[in-house]
Amino acid sequence: TKSPKCKCSLQCISPRCPRLDPGALGVRPTARRWASSDAPKITTHYSIHPRDQDPRWEGTEMERFADQADVVVVGAGPAGLSAAIRLKQLALAEEREVRVCVVEKASQIGAHTLSGACLEPSALNELLPDWKERGAPLHTPVTEDIFSILTEKHRIPVPMLPGLPMNNHGNYIVRLGNLVRWLGEQAEELGVELYPGYAAAEVLFHEDGSVKGIATNDVGIAKDGSPKDTFERGMELHAQVTLFGEGCHGHLAKQLYRHFNLRQNCEPQTYAIGLKEVWVVRPEKWRPGRVEHSVGWPLNRNTYGGSFLYHLNEGEPLVALGFVVGLDYSNPYLSPFREFQRWKHHPFVAPTLEGGERIGYGARALNEGGVQSIPELTFPGGILIGCSPGFMNVPKIKGTHTAMKSGMLAAEAVFPRLAKHNVIPGLHVPEYAESLKASWVWKELHAVRNIRPSFHNYLGLYGGMVYTGIFYWILRGKEPWTLKHCGLDSDQLKPAKECTPIEYPRPDGKLSFDLLSSVALSGTNHEGDQPAHLTLRDDSVPVERNLAIYDGPEQRFCPAGVYEYVPTDDGAGMRLQINAQNCVHCKTCDIKDPSQNINWVVPEGSGGPAYNGM
Amino acid sequence: MSGRVLVGVKRVIDYAVKIRVKPDHSGVVTEGVKHSMNPFCEIAVEEAVKMKEKKLIKEVVAVSCGPQQVQETIRTALAMGADRGIHVEVSAKEYESLGPLQVSKILAALAKKEEAQLIILGKQAIDGDCNQTGQMTAALLDWPQGTFASEVTLEAGHVKVVREIDGGLETIKINTPAVLTADLRLNTPRYATLPNIMKAKKKKIANVKPADLGVELASKLQVLRVDEPPQREAGVKVESVDDLVGKLKEAGRI
Repeated sequence: TKSPKCKCSLQCISPRCPRLDPGALGVRPTARRWASSDAPKITTHYSIHPRDQDPRWEGTEMERFADQADVVVVGAGPAGLSAAIRLKQLALAEEREVRVCVVEKASQIGAHTLSGACLEPSALNELLPDWKERGAPLHTPVTEDIFSILTEKHRIPVPMLPGLPMNNHGNYIVRLGNLVRWLGEQAEELGVELYPGYAAAEVLFHEDGSVKGIATNDVGIAKDGSPKDTFERGMELHAQVTLFGEGCHGHLAKQLYRHFNLRQNCEPQTYAIGLKEVWVVRPEKWRPGRVEHSVGWPLNRNTYGGSFLYHLNEGEPLVALGFVVGLDYSNPYLSPFREFQRWKHHPFVAPTLEGGERIGYGARALNEGGVQSIPELTFPGGILIGCSPGFMNVPKIKGTHTAMKSGMLAAEAVFPRLAKHNVIPGLHVPEYAESLKASWVWKELHAVRNIRPSFHNYLGLYGGMVYTGIFYWILRGKEPWTLKHCGLDSDQLKPAKECTPIEYPRPDGKLSFDLLSSVALSGTNHEGDQPAHLTLRDDSVPVERNLAIYDGPEQRFCPAGVYEYVPTDDGAGMRLQINAQNCVHCKTCDIKDPSQNINWVVPEGSGGPAYNGM
Repeated sequence: MSGRVLVGVKRVIDYAVKIRVKPDHSGVVTEGVKHSMNPFCEIAVEEAVKMKEKKLIKEVVAVSCGPQQVQETIRTALAMGADRGIHVEVSAKEYESLGPLQVSKILAALAKKEEAQLIILGKQAIDGDCNQTGQMTAALLDWPQGTFASEVTLEAGHVKVVREIDGGLETIKINTPAVLTADLRLNTPRYATLPNIMKAKKKKIANVKPADLGVELASKLQVLRVDEPPQREAGVKVESVDDLVGKLKEAGRI
């Protein structure tokens, strides 16, 4: 499908888009409220205010330098790097030259990676069977597996019987950022061109509408949207096929869904937010190899979520812990960050952390939709891999092994189709989707497809656990029906007046902490003088809708304190202040905004968190 | 004059990252931590590249001392416009005790070898905050120095430097060859864009050992212990001057 000539990079085909070129559809735009003098002007990004209509950009050279690769991979995460490595392995075996370029918005490989993580080594065993000799950082085999249902003061143990999805026998606790960094080194050794610090900001299209490649971000644009002296255009990387591995809720994937109508036959994706901290604990509390999961307190039975706590075995007494909250929650007063902080005070959790020191913090959205939410995976010129389309096994809370496998399968499907000389415009490789459906990834995801949706019943958590016990553990997911999700996460919030504010305890500064000191630990930073990358399609919506109806939930679900409602200068009302520099690139705001007004776009490359082995 | 400018660049922990002291208090944690080019070194590279673009000098050579990873920093300098790089190989162990005096000796030796007309450095590195390397290098070479430069004008045989000093701005005229150190307001460094990073992969980085330059790396300084700054204690409010004097006496201050 060809989208009408939308002036902004959103490529939106909705006739209601206020930014649509009026001439294209013969539609007059609705009242341009942002043009009136008392409407707030928050967003300055060119994806909302196109530069070709901006007088400050007249005469600026907008030509881009272009280069040609065989395959371009967007995102140097487990999926992207596995795909790149696999391509080079295949090329080496057949003595062919294949140019693979990977672009990554983080300043160094692994700096934007955040996960629990309990790795199932199945995909790694297939990709690099000699990973141990090569020094892969899998140092902590799981030795103990504990599952609890927490109440406010107590704990109900749940036996981890073999066959239950949460059983971790044979798995490794890893610091995924370090594993990704190691994968990057393996890729470079094989000749993959890695470019950390350069974000893919735009998808490029051929004349026939197929994907031509990507363009990296422009640099040197001032906060008000005007060009600075240091302005330089991004670069175009053209490829026979582009693999999009942006991780959960990628911003380019969002455009591609609309452009190619990839979500017409699947359910909307549903998400959760995962917050994580790394602690150095007292040596006597350290149990290397121990895996702890819990559900229940402090969440009520109708809010999906739970905790993890993993004891690493890498020399120092390190513990990785965190909290996951399903983003289909309905109470706008809920703050995932504060739920996480108060969970740490539970009598079963606090003793591990007492006397310890927190050394890392971060957050990221994750997929929960499973097979029901997987879109069309291929389109002319491109392929979706990894958590971007979303292959996470929700009850196992593992998505790394399936992401890696999807990257490998993409490489194996693409490689035989690559032309040796001239580029064929926009290779369409549907063989990838077929091989994925025939692989263990699909089998695994199919078996657990009904577990997450089974929580949508009156008994909530308990109904879901009963369902898992019967249909997964006993029947292995062979029931003939497939349960549906509830629709978009952003539609699930109830108006604030229908809900009760939650009284969160104040952080004590020893076990629980305030938001800003946590954000400082993520090491996140962005060049200050650039347009905010949290763009609003309509600058008046936050106060008129989000604040008025939902009491500004973005103040609570953002794990980095980006959104603040502050009094206006004249004190008469409130305005939204966007602290874009704090952003940790978790994507929760783009997912949960009840007005779907926030559009996260990629900031200048190198900006964002500086996670170290998260 | 050779028309060659030597620029020193240092790989440091990124300024936005929270520093953590190693559990054994021997230093700070650097493993896996985000590093980038010292901000003042970026300004130094930019100044040198600007001079080349104005055709005042012919070649910009970027130098860094350290283990393998510093090559990334040299590549960034090459992507900004330096012509070639020199990596002075220092093992990770030796790097822990590498200080301004040794670096100055290395830079002085290189400047003589490369017949440099100018050495431009950042005024200080954001990890050590020593602010010594430029000055020591000038002393070892017996060259004039223009430190804390906020404006540099290169003319035949000499250079005019506007320096930021406590009292304001001082303008000096010094003969070349000279050592300059860059301060914040000297310029705004350009971005190292992707096409330039790709081109930089083709530029040469030569490997040199300090011994080849006749430099001994052994340091006469030994770091005994590294600690975090003490936690800020709560203050105490006093009601009267007598109270204040009493409390100061109690604390042994007077």
